[in-house]
Amino acid sequence: MQMIRDNNWVLSVGTFLPMLGVIALLVTPKANEAAIKMVALLTSVATVIIGIFTLVNFDFDQAGAMQFVAQTDWIPVIKSTYFIGVDGISLPLYLLSMVVTLLVVIYSLDHIPSPGNPKAFFILMLILQTGMAGTFIAQDLILFFVFFELVLLPMYFMIGVWGGEQRQYASLKFFLYTMFGSALMLVAFLAIFFKTGAESFAIPYLVENGGGIAKNVQVWIFAGMFIGFAVKVPMFPFHTWLPDAHTQAPTQGSVILAAILLKLGTYGFVRIAIPTLPDAAIEWAPWIGGLAVVGIIYGAFGCLAQTDMKRLIAFSSVAHMGFVMLGISTLTSFGVNAAVFGMVAHGLITGMLFFIAGSVKERYHTLEIAKLGGMLTQVPRLGWILGLCSMASLGLPGLAGFWGEFPAILSAYNPADGLNVSVYRTYMVIAALGTVFAAAYLLWLYQRTAFGTPKGHDHHDVHDVTTYEWVAWLPLLVAIVAFGVVPNLLFGVIDPAVQETLRAFGG
Amino acid sequence: MLTSQFLLLGAILFCIGVYGVIARKNAVLVLMSIELILNSVNINLLAFALRNGSADGHTFALYIIAVAAAEVGVGLAMVLLIYRNRRSIGLDELSEMRG
Amino acid sequence: MTLLAASEILSPLRDGWFLQNAWLAPLIPTIGFVLIILFGKRLPKKGSEVGVLSIFASLVLASGAAWQWIQRVGDAGEERFVSPVIRTWTWWQSGGMEFTIGQHVDGLTVVVLFVVAFISTLVQVYSLEYLRGDRRYTHFFAALTLFSAGMLAMVIAEDMILFLLGWEIMGLCSFMLIGHWWEDGANSRAALKAFFTVRTGDVGLLVGISVLFFAANEWTTSNLGLSGFSIRGLSAWALSGEPNSTVILVAAVALFIAAIGKSGQFPLHTWLPDAMAGPTPVSSLLHSSTMVVAGVFLVARLYPVFFTGLDILGPSSNLIMIVAAITIVIAAALAFVQTDIKRVLAYSTVSQLGYMMLGLGAGAWLPAVFHIFTHAFFKACLFLSAGSISHSASHHSFDMKKDMGGLRKHMPITFAAWTVSTLALCGVFPFSGFFSKDEIIDNVGGNGYTFFMVVGLGGAFLTAAYMTRATYLTFFGEPRGAAAGEHGDDHGSHDSHAGPHESGILITAPIAILAVLAIFSGLFNATPFGESWEYMKKWTEPRAVVVVESHSGGPGEAFLVPTAESGYGDSPCGTETPKSGVCYAPQLNHAKFKWSKALLSLAIVFVGIAISWLLSAALYGRRDPRLVGLTQRNAVARAGYRLLTNKYYLDHLYERGVVSTIAGPFARGAYWFNQRVLDGVLHGVARVSRTVANVVYRDIDQRLVDGAVNASADATKAVGTSVQPIQSGRVGHYGALLFATAAVAALVFVILNT
Repeated sequence: MQMIRDNNWVLSVGTFLPMLGVIALLVTPKANEAAIKMVALLTSVATVIIGIFTLVNFDFDQAGAMQFVAQTDWIPVIKSTYFIGVDGISLPLYLLSMVVTLLVVIYSLDHIPSPGNPKAFFILMLILQTGMAGTFIAQDLILFFVFFELVLLPMYFMIGVWGGEQRQYASLKFFLYTMFGSALMLVAFLAIFFKTGAESFAIPYLVENGGGIAKNVQVWIFAGMFIGFAVKVPMFPFHTWLPDAHTQAPTQGSVILAAILLKLGTYGFVRIAIPTLPDAAIEWAPWIGGLAVVGIIYGAFGCLAQTDMKRLIAFSSVAHMGFVMLGISTLTSFGVNAAVFGMVAHGLITGMLFFIAGSVKERYHTLEIAKLGGMLTQVPRLGWILGLCSMASLGLPGLAGFWGEFPAILSAYNPADGLNVSVYRTYMVIAALGTVFAAAYLLWLYQRTAFGTPKGHDHHDVHDVTTYEWVAWLPLLVAIVAFGVVPNLLFGVIDPAVQETLRAFGG
Repeated sequence: MLTSQFLLLGAILFCIGVYGVIARKNAVLVLMSIELILNSVNINLLAFALRNGSADGHTFALYIIAVAAAEVGVGLAMVLLIYRNRRSIGLDELSEMRG
Repeated sequence: MTLLAASEILSPLRDGWFLQNAWLAPLIPTIGFVLIILFGKRLPKKGSEVGVLSIFASLVLASGAAWQWIQRVGDAGEERFVSPVIRTWTWWQSGGMEFTIGQHVDGLTVVVLFVVAFISTLVQVYSLEYLRGDRRYTHFFAALTLFSAGMLAMVIAEDMILFLLGWEIMGLCSFMLIGHWWEDGANSRAALKAFFTVRTGDVGLLVGISVLFFAANEWTTSNLGLSGFSIRGLSAWALSGEPNSTVILVAAVALFIAAIGKSGQFPLHTWLPDAMAGPTPVSSLLHSSTMVVAGVFLVARLYPVFFTGLDILGPSSNLIMIVAAITIVIAAALAFVQTDIKRVLAYSTVSQLGYMMLGLGAGAWLPAVFHIFTHAFFKACLFLSAGSISHSASHHSFDMKKDMGGLRKHMPITFAAWTVSTLALCGVFPFSGFFSKDEIIDNVGGNGYTFFMVVGLGGAFLTAAYMTRATYLTFFGEPRGAAAGEHGDDHGSHDSHAGPHESGILITAPIAILAVLAIFSGLFNATPFGESWEYMKKWTEPRAVVVVESHSGGPGEAFLVPTAESGYGDSPCGTETPKSGVCYAPQLNHAKFKWSKALLSLAIVFVGIAISWLLSAALYGRRDPRLVGLTQRNAVARAGYRLLTNKYYLDHLYERGVVSTIAGPFARGAYWFNQRVLDGVLHGVARVSRTVANVVYRDIDQRLVDGAVNASADATKAVGTSVQPIQSGRVGHYGALLFATAAVAALVFVILNT
């Protein structure tokens, strides 16, 4: 893989800048809330500016190459290096993590969840940002693992402290479940390290040499990684932490969880598991695809059974990530492209849906679908935004969701060499049926919450979209439409990198 | 050589120390008993060092003395804080760490 | 747009500017939609002016494109292949392949493009008056504009992805428009039903596109330099003898399922009558030229795929024909038991779409496309007339039995337009419907499908009968309910006139224009008058010639210019593998027009009208309470001019014979089947899904899967609890344990070392 080392300070700065903000927040007095919000906002704005600088300096003609690569010794004893870089797959996700954090910070300026304490809240959010961005740029397994785990703790506290009524149960479940996955993942990382001669944890090195491991060993190593990543995605049947975590998390937590955290798992598959262990990937792919389509249908059933709006959106993530995993499981560049697009699209759309759910909760003090109704009369703008996001979520062409969903279905018709074609074509039909279910539960939700007449709420704290909300939401809404209309904004960047990643499968 | 006598002395001191740690209720006394145990170890080390004509034992003994000093420092500070908070240093009353 | 010099204005007319830039037709309304959404409420006319202007701009573009296409056909001469005007731009890339978005303008495109833009313009003008003062006036125009844009985009699509985009945007807009008055739960449920039913069919579209893409991509890329999404590429591929017959069959069936959903064919037609919940202009647009025509257009557009896949013109009947025949009959029968005037028209649309499908299934491509053309005008006219009645005469009621009757005196323009359109729909010479519908029936018979021809004739009989009944109920007889000036509720507050009256100019003008077209649009392909009148055939039907392709044109534009052709009459396209070239259309037959056949079908239509008229007059007249006792004679007098004798006998026959057998059990049975069985299945599936979902969620997800997770946590906890007492919290105990352990360890060590 080609490495471009120009401007190699930029990724480190972009990733660790939030930590500077954390230090600044630590010395800011707790009572001075305005200053705290200002520091958090400035930090995330600065981070996004660095992100834009990264974007501008990214060489789009060589999107398949690692760029801004920095590599120095880190822990020489275990041959782990500080090795970072971005390519066309990482870049969109890396930037997404920055932008979403900024938007969440903006939203939080006006919506600190109970029991308050903005200082701690923003500190956790900025730590989270470092972890997320770091995961997407790490090119060394140990570094990846550290960032991957760094994300857990702030999220645990975010759910556990600022969450809903069952927050302790949910946060513990989230933490333990993901830790369990991580443990097996670490074992797999060590195994691949030793099996490739204990030379290096660098991902490019492992991609070069991982294919040489005996197939049955590969399959076992892949199993470890699979569980680690599948829990994070989450794939059926490892998904049960997700509805609880989402339902109990504060709005900001749900948004970050949906928009970025779930992508860490799928990104792990694309970046690490599949390219380093190609033979095992071929063995595992049909199972992954099978679980993915089960997830699609199952998630939809889950949605249909829900009475709570936020829980419904959470279950819809299971279905949507099923499409992403189906794309990945085809092991074709067509499918993986769709998957990476789907990750970004799902991040934008479901993140947005959780924002809306939060605002609905704030206004109506409930998310029970049966108690909502007539949003279009009371809060027309919020209602229309919910409509747009529902449409995007159910994969309407012209909006971002479509480009993750349709090409994924398409790719299942023709999986990579060595995979059973008829099995995948069955998956294709099932996944296509999943789009109908998606339409069913989202429109059903929309019909019951937005249409009809309002159901006896006291009207005085029900107000339409506020300025803070507009500022936080508009970029997401614009991106949903823009990526839907001009999909090549993303595909153009992703495609070369995906082809590079899938070289072992002959494209 | 008096090696066996030294070892015997060490053993006696060790047993006294163990008795103190287990049986005493007073935190200060327990700390002192731990000192006794550490010193019994020192005696053993020195005894073997003399017998083998090597400086390793002396080194270790000095090291242990240093650590013991630090330990007593921290330990006494903790005891003092506990006393200040609870007006007692009875170990039986300190069972908040029970699982 | 900047100002153009005079020469620049003229130049587009010379070099096919309208054909080159037909892609603007969907784009301008899309921009209009965005403008309405963003600024509509602040504009003086609440955004409606943007909608009308943008759709009018599309109409200008479409008209220009149609005119230049006609010139292009003329330039090409009689026998040559007229290549479509294709322009493409890169849209997305994946796996190293670049996929394009673009326009594909040929005869079919310009016809439908023109019809859609034309009807949309009239409907928007009509809506200015019809929805004046509506609480969501701006949103209505926004959705209506986007709706038309979606259809235009679909019509113009060069590739299946853009096609799918337009298709789904229409679905979305139909959801918004049908549920326009969503405060009422029934309306929003109808909207949901429409979207959901269509979406169910869309699975077929997704699957069909996928199958075609992977089956054809390699061939189209290497032979034509087009991707497997390209409609042009797929057409050539389907006729190349290359495709595996199973694959193309699967693709065709899958695509046809989508068409069934969208075009309301049996058994997915149930959403269409419910879709009447939307405002009348929406029904008009939805049922005449957009949305429901999309399914028919899909079949017509990808005709070679269906031709090869389903073996059209083969010896046996095919799926399209069977579905279409069932649709024609059941929908027509259902129209008899409706009291809502819009529902009569809705079932009539379903039935007419069945004719189009029947034509396509039987190899009568041109008559089917021509029927799209004529049907759009007269059906739009009928719906708008119905709207005019409810707007000005019946206080927003659509109930023919309760609130209409005798309106012909009060609404002369509406009545005239309705009558003309009804005659066109029934297929009476010389109105437009005759030329298209009769052509379909004629060609179905001509291609050897006698049974289906008989079904078509039977359908024509039923059509004539139910439309006569509706006409009678609405315009003849004594005024009832609101039409008689009774105010059932306070709906009529917006107009000060008491009693029924003619609508304003913004409503009557579109109706009148459409009525004129309902009369004369048939002349565009008037086969009875000789071949020189077959304009539509000349302009629209792709010529089934073997084309040798060569790539030329600048970068970004793939112009495919024919460099050699074979003859037109004895083309091998569709029957054998073309050598040294490709075919874009199969060779189809055209039945020779014979007055003897036409007179037969005309006779059937007239008998239908006559029987229905008499029965309607007798039945509905007699039930009028003021005529009790005098019913029979008076009914005859008012019905007037046809049959005076045998009235008693016919009444008897009607009550005991025809009605109780055909209109009674048959139609009600069909309606029952429709409501109970088909809808019941739909509801049943929904209920079962919900039950299964609940079981899956509650028992499997929460108990089993989540239970396993919780069980592992419990196990860990139990172990922890059992060893908990060791943790006494006493330093002494810990010390004792430590030393005891050390002692044991030392003992073990000693033993092991000795």
